[in-house]
Amino acid sequence: MSLPVARKPALRRFHQARWDEPVVFELSAPGERGVIPSQVEPAVRALVGDVVSGLPDGLRRAAPPALPELGQMRVLRHYLRLSQENLGADLNVDVGQGTCTMKYSPKVNDRLAAHPSLLDLHPLQDLADAQGILEIIWRTQRMLAEISGMDEVGLHTQGGSAAIWANIAMIRAYFEGRGEAEQRTEVITTIFSHPSNAATAKAAGYEVITIYPDADGYPDIEAFKRALSPRTAAIMVTNPEDTGIYNPRIAEWVELAHSVGALASYDQANANGILGITRARDAGFDVCHFNLHKTFGTPHGSGGPGAGANGVAAHLVPFLPRPIVVRDDDGTFRLDDVRPLSIGKVAPFYGVVPNIVRAYAWIRALGADGLRAVAETAVLNNNYLMARVLQIPGASAPYATGRRRIEQVRYSWQDLYSETGISSEEIGVRASDYGMHYWTSHHPYVVPQPFTLEPTESYSKSELDEYADVLAQVAREAREAPDVVRTAPHNQTVHHTHHDDLDDPERWATSWRAYQRKYGCGDPGSSPG
Amino acid sequence: MSPMSAPYAHPYVPNSAPEARAAMLAAVGVTSVDEFYADVPDALRLHRPLDLPPALVAEQDLARHVTGLLDRNRPLAPGRSFLGAGTYHHHVPAVVDEVIGRSEFLTAYAGEPYEDHGRFQALFEYESLMAELLAMDVVTVPTYDSFQAASTALAMAGRITGRRTVLVASEVLPDRRSRVHDFVRPYLDLVDVPPRDAIADLPALLAVLDESVAAVWVETPSHTGAIETRLAEVAEAAHAVGAIVVVSTDPICYGVLTPPASHGADIVCGDLQSLGLHAYYGGAHGGFLAVHDDPRFVMELPSRIFGLAATDVPGEYGFGDVAYERTSFAVREEGKEWVGTAAALWGIAAGVYLALQGPQGMAELGETILARTRYAQQRLQGIPGVRLGDDAVHFREFTIELSGVSPASVVERLRPLGIAPGVPLDDQRLLICVTETNTSDDIDALAAAVAAILEEDHR
Amino acid sequence: MTSPSRPLGPYRDPHLGRGPEPYRSVEPGRGVEPGRGAESGRSAESGRSPDHSRHPGESRDLRRLGLIVNPVAGLGGPAGLKGSDGTATQELARARGAEPHASERAARMLGTLAAALPDARILTAAGPMGADAVREAGLGADVVWTPRSRETGGDDTTAATEALVRAGAELVLFVGGDGTGRDVTAGLIDDVPILGVPAGVKMYSSCFAVGPEAAGWLAVRWLGGGLPTRTAEVLDIDEDALRAGHTEPKLHALARVPEWAGRTQARKAATPVSEAAAVTAAVRGMLTRLEPGVRYLLGPGGTVAELGRQLGLDLSPLGVDVVVDGELLARDASEAELFAHVGAGPSRAVVTVIGGQGFLIGRGNQQLSPRVLRSLAPDPLLVVATEQKLLDLAGRPLLVDTGDPELDVQLAGHVRVVTGPGSVAMYPVASPE
Repeated sequence: MSLPVARKPALRRFHQARWDEPVVFELSAPGERGVIPSQVEPAVRALVGDVVSGLPDGLRRAAPPALPELGQMRVLRHYLRLSQENLGADLNVDVGQGTCTMKYSPKVNDRLAAHPSLLDLHPLQDLADAQGILEIIWRTQRMLAEISGMDEVGLHTQGGSAAIWANIAMIRAYFEGRGEAEQRTEVITTIFSHPSNAATAKAAGYEVITIYPDADGYPDIEAFKRALSPRTAAIMVTNPEDTGIYNPRIAEWVELAHSVGALASYDQANANGILGITRARDAGFDVCHFNLHKTFGTPHGSGGPGAGANGVAAHLVPFLPRPIVVRDDDGTFRLDDVRPLSIGKVAPFYGVVPNIVRAYAWIRALGADGLRAVAETAVLNNNYLMARVLQIPGASAPYATGRRRIEQVRYSWQDLYSETGISSEEIGVRASDYGMHYWTSHHPYVVPQPFTLEPTESYSKSELDEYADVLAQVAREAREAPDVVRTAPHNQTVHHTHHDDLDDPERWATSWRAYQRKYGCGDPGSSPG
Repeated sequence: MSPMSAPYAHPYVPNSAPEARAAMLAAVGVTSVDEFYADVPDALRLHRPLDLPPALVAEQDLARHVTGLLDRNRPLAPGRSFLGAGTYHHHVPAVVDEVIGRSEFLTAYAGEPYEDHGRFQALFEYESLMAELLAMDVVTVPTYDSFQAASTALAMAGRITGRRTVLVASEVLPDRRSRVHDFVRPYLDLVDVPPRDAIADLPALLAVLDESVAAVWVETPSHTGAIETRLAEVAEAAHAVGAIVVVSTDPICYGVLTPPASHGADIVCGDLQSLGLHAYYGGAHGGFLAVHDDPRFVMELPSRIFGLAATDVPGEYGFGDVAYERTSFAVREEGKEWVGTAAALWGIAAGVYLALQGPQGMAELGETILARTRYAQQRLQGIPGVRLGDDAVHFREFTIELSGVSPASVVERLRPLGIAPGVPLDDQRLLICVTETNTSDDIDALAAAVAAILEEDHR
Repeated sequence: MTSPSRPLGPYRDPHLGRGPEPYRSVEPGRGVEPGRGAESGRSAESGRSPDHSRHPGESRDLRRLGLIVNPVAGLGGPAGLKGSDGTATQELARARGAEPHASERAARMLGTLAAALPDARILTAAGPMGADAVREAGLGADVVWTPRSRETGGDDTTAATEALVRAGAELVLFVGGDGTGRDVTAGLIDDVPILGVPAGVKMYSSCFAVGPEAAGWLAVRWLGGGLPTRTAEVLDIDEDALRAGHTEPKLHALARVPEWAGRTQARKAATPVSEAAAVTAAVRGMLTRLEPGVRYLLGPGGTVAELGRQLGLDLSPLGVDVVVDGELLARDASEAELFAHVGAGPSRAVVTVIGGQGFLIGRGNQQLSPRVLRSLAPDPLLVVATEQKLLDLAGRPLLVDTGDPELDVQLAGHVRVVTGPGSVAMYPVASPE
């Protein structure tokens, strides 16, 4: 007798939710209310009168803003439908977001971060009222100092790039303090470092010199030596780079930078594979940053808030953003806000508090052994996935052929592209039909037809196998049924989208009101076909 | 360190189980994970465990530890905090928390417009709802906070005009000014034109306004809550010399107040925290940037803008990046600043908030805050020894000047009553914040407590 | 201005039921044979190299090289003529004082070959089409084809190729440019690999070695049986269209080419849409570095054309122009004109990376001759390029091939390549081996 339920096919038959949901303005029904604010009390009105009518000429809004009018549940339902049309990392085997370290954000940490004592705590309350959160911030500073080998850590910034900005701002202040600001006008980075290193240095007024890889994929040290000079303010590098290749001569790079009086800034966005293995300060770096939303398990929030951490060696401590949380001898915590050499405020108050709490809890859940297990497993997963991906005809991992990678790999579909004309981007869109996502690469494309996978420690072997199976399947489709790939997506919320309109100022629709103005339509829902 | 003696799989690290590890090592063809680290020189290896506190591997133990720390926080009772100065106690509708707590939004990052359609639509709607509130056509996906938003707005003005002077016409939140200064100083000089009676000193401004000025920076409501009433005149004068008008503001007031664009603002920026985000000890800020639909401005915006587009299927709404080539993703340091993880979730929250409030909610909320602010001013200024810091129209915040007692001591002496009366600005001025969460009872309690102190001191 | 047409169709209320959707939902796994699920992808293919084929059943001793020289290849370059196709162009070039350098290129390639394999015999065509150069190199020439007249053309190249293959050539070396490559592939009656020795003006095809010595070296390795082949595109631009300003090369044939990493030219990369923004930025960066009173020799290439656009000058996309203080002194100048200009004051050459090959000098800008470049000292080159062009080199150095090995060595080292305002790349420069 056969089973009543047939076996599942090798690949899941995914289909993303499709609610065909209108834009929220189209749902408006005049007079409906989603919430009602606290109203002006009679006593207040009696004393102050009609304050709105009493506003000076021109200050009172002439017509109310054209916001939609919706009942509360209609708003909820609309946004819940949109949420279903979003493939968050909790649902996705999200190994395709290389460089972003899409690891598990433990649910218990969300619950801790939403502790009622935190939600309504005002940042300017008396410090005695905030000892709990201050202790968590202080402990997190100390733990990250140990993990990086640095002397002090600041947790002010809201993202990785903001933290890199703080690094270059401190470097700039450091050289101003030494009277070398006029002399040191150049920053050196590598093409495989995250582009925000170049971008922040540029924004801080530096000329940026980029070093390219040699044929083995390591940054060209001869070019680096030629780039160094008394004009060099800093090197700003990622290691392992976005290829997953660790530069084994990194300490020599730092020494060379120091030999011309420059500082060395370490972008540790890719730290997930080296936690407890090697530390920024031990390689001689003066300053580094971490992304708490990458390495330390805080969620990515659809694109933020994340949280950044800046680690500095002793000579840069005075330049850290203010304030820093310190512990007094009696065990109480306070803010050290009197820091005359500080670059000042880089963000409101003390950083992204909910994410600091999450990161603290994450580190505490793992401890030293756990962090090392995270690193080793992330690297094992990566090399395992690499072995699987490189078995797919048409996939390759340019540079450092045959060498191991740390926590991610920048792969190439160049061979498949040459053979089929199907680009990496098209492969990625088709992969989404199977519930998988991947990201190609920053521009410019350092490897042709790129895709960047970073499996982190969070996925089981069978999930990595499933991911590789999907890539193999799409690569096969590219050869055998290229039209299916080219016309993807087929199983998504929406179909192939005409993005050309978004590059033309005459046609782009940046908001609903802009759309209505440009296309001369009132309520599109009312116009029949 | 681990309380467990045998090797174990951590719940967050599935392949740390010895069986899985062995199988995967065998599949890769290595005997030890150490082989993967061949490129990390021995001299750089940390040959010891990290010195960290013991792991709390049981979720129960972890929760008890962290909760134990957080329990030491003592937030004030609702309505008893009159603290503002950058972070505000506004009511957060439950639906907002529900939506941004959804794991699909909370844990997503940077998927494409297909598998992450919902995120693109929610952020397009955020942009659109803000656009209506601000009466401007272009609002970007949120940047970090109002500090970054103001920095970016002024940097844009510098790039567009090719000039380097910024006239600061308002009393700007000092921390915001600190950040802006450090950010723009390679290419912009901030020049203060001190306000008169808390609003722009127009004659003083006109005296220094010339064709070297890139931007006039107005903050309204200002650091002390004063509403700028002469924005239209400032804008007219600025535009006459080709300068750009940058307004930093709080969008919560525009259900009732005329938006700055209607008075001539070219770039409007500010913070989203008031729109549906908890105080969070100052840890929940997002920045917004808005401009008119003018390519000169749009192409200078560093942040992403999600736009509406057609798909292959009639009636289906697609979304994508507007003018993608602007971003630093596309051209590295030639991009305008950079694009990174910023505050998208807070943007979704602000969108939900505005969708819930609707035009009526925003109007009523604005009126409530205006009225209670005025009520608090009147209640306090009636107390001997207290006078208002200025005669401007205020929204949500205002200062009082105390005689005979320092603001710091007022703060200290109201602590036992569970009231935080405000933020001392100096030896005389106390910055008081009144939102819709402070009822007339709360305000009466504040006024009574302040009166009691002054009475006691004068006795 | 009319308002744009509405990009979205009317909103369809999903509850109204407007009939079947006009698209077909595709199930995952569609198009895959039953039983060929994902599992088969894991183990099926082990290697990924597209073509590691060698001719089966052959001993190394029997491998034979064929050689064709296009005697007039490269004639048009120094004369500023974008190519040498057609007798009228060749006459014009000679009138401008140009001499063909194909024979010199052939000699360099054969010199490398002879040094390694002094006893080699080579199948070739008579006289200037190969035999002269082979004998000059001290190698044995087996002539298998003779042209009917002294004035050879493309038909002769095609006919000679066919004869070489019939005579048993297993690798056809040719000395010339894109046009020669196109004619060679027309005569490939069998799937015989080819390898170009670069001597032409237009060099878009990826069937060329990076230089004559490299070609000789590849030929040696080929005879030793140690090289795989890959499929290369043979492209050519219609020279008349090129002179009219069109630079889009056409794909004329596919051919197998012996491959050795870093030694064979990559196909000139197509310029993607986003590359346009990168070019604009690179050129903006370049503009900030121009100094008053200096004569700038603007070499050919899309990057430099953008420079002309930003300067508001009508520069020739494929020629060398001379600009000083924003003023165009000479358009599409010949080598002799350039030499006259650089003698008149401080001068620098603005050059870009030409396609995927990495050449700064010696491909498409032969007007920048050794004597012109020497007159630009001490800092002759301002290099401008997009990051993508550097990345397309995959770690290989930029190349200078001036025709003067001593000058090449002087220009080698590292160079700051302007990639945008406030940003440069530090990149190695080498002379082709």
